[in-house]
Amino acid sequence: MSIMANYHALTGNEAVAYAMKQIAPDVVAAYPITPQTSLMQKFSDFVADGDVDTEMILVESEHSAMSACVGAAASGVRTMTATAANGLALMWEIVYIAASSRLPIVMPVVNRALSAPINIHCDHSDAMGARDSGWIQLWSENAQEAYDNTIQAVKIAEDPDVRLPVMVNLDGFVISHGMENVDIYDDKKVKSFIGEYKPLVNLLDLKHPVTIGPLDLQDYYFEHKRQQAEGMMHAQKAIDKVGKEFGASFGREYDIVEGYKLEDADFVIIGLGSTMGTLRMVIDEARKSGMKAGFLKLRVFRPFPKEIVRKHLKGKKAVAVLDRSDSFNAVSGPLYSEITSALYGVADIPVVNYIYGLGGRDTSVSMLHRVVKDTYDISKSGKCDNILNYLGVR
Amino acid sequence: MTMKKKGWKDITEGNIIDKPATALEYKTGTWKAFRPIWIKENCIQCKFCWLYCPDMAIKMKGDKMTGFDYEYCKGCGICAKICPAKKKAIEMKKETEFEK
Repeated sequence: MSIMANYHALTGNEAVAYAMKQIAPDVVAAYPITPQTSLMQKFSDFVADGDVDTEMILVESEHSAMSACVGAAASGVRTMTATAANGLALMWEIVYIAASSRLPIVMPVVNRALSAPINIHCDHSDAMGARDSGWIQLWSENAQEAYDNTIQAVKIAEDPDVRLPVMVNLDGFVISHGMENVDIYDDKKVKSFIGEYKPLVNLLDLKHPVTIGPLDLQDYYFEHKRQQAEGMMHAQKAIDKVGKEFGASFGREYDIVEGYKLEDADFVIIGLGSTMGTLRMVIDEARKSGMKAGFLKLRVFRPFPKEIVRKHLKGKKAVAVLDRSDSFNAVSGPLYSEITSALYGVADIPVVNYIYGLGGRDTSVSMLHRVVKDTYDISKSGKCDNILNYLGVR
Repeated sequence: MTMKKKGWKDITEGNIIDKPATALEYKTGTWKAFRPIWIKENCIQCKFCWLYCPDMAIKMKGDKMTGFDYEYCKGCGICAKICPAKKKAIEMKKETEFEK
């Protein structure tokens, strides 16, 4: 099938705003926060210009934004918002309620460091803090992926076996404000891809009255949590299916993870987001100097693809995990803990951890060269003396 | 009063209550520490107790108050407090008085 590309020079935020225009959610409730601001600003332009008939609710805080989204989603309409960092932190209480009430809200999170000290630049501490909230988490390497993930997120969230909210993560500034060529799909094709939303319940259907969010004590809360876990277990299948359908419709197929020179690699670097783009070049260079490096990029962090990680890492001689957030006083960074848990009892591979890029600290090619070289050394010696490393800190 | 509890596969997603008036099935009569007693001869049939009762503990026949449904009464005492009859038609008694 030949698909004509339709490239536009867009920032990541503009690309996601454009996806939102094409999705045309019934309700968007949002509050501005750097680096999400230009995303919602662009989307509100579309609303003001009449390019999309979304009901746009401007609220006084992120707590209210997510509350309004919960109300809208409960009334059976397609609902979106977007936030970052402290905004996500302020939403916290309602972020859990959205997931537990099984409301398929889609929320781009433009990843930014949490305060204090106050900082507006990229790291992953915002989304990592919400990793146990019951939201599906998709991660983007560049503006194209942010655009594509946003469209797919709607279909994943609304899958009848899933019905969970989805966060679409894109690195603050690096992706959100960097301009790239983005292949924009035809409006009608996006519309037919996401299809019509068929809500499970509709709070405004007066002929079939329902109650949403009632008290649930010792007798049933536990059962509802087990049920929620089941929804998350189904999510991986849905993400996989939607990724394949996306490929058939738009020519870009998406997997749960992406490997780069992975198959014949002796050692593997694992990470999320935009840094993986830089890493492609670093791996190419390492290959030229005889180091058989490869990477494993996780497009999906929640649900955590443990079997897929195991499958790809089995037989490798060393693994390095890049964490763009710290998990103070834990074994190491949050991604590291997941990877080593997945490998426990399955493969005995040395795994090293790098905390990097906090508060938008640039992660240079030379820093990633160091990671590759160190991991190469570990793959040769079979020993990792220092698990926790802070990459690029003075 | 006890119902067999369902497992996680047999309940609605997200604790949605998918039909109205399910409070009928939720009986709270064992909660009360005080029990309202209806003194029929003092009752002026104003129906204030029925209007104010936060549950459905006031039994009605047509538009006449006919006593209490203790399965729904939590013993809050609002009915006794609100009763406007000169000689109160509702009196709260300690639940312990009815124990043997």
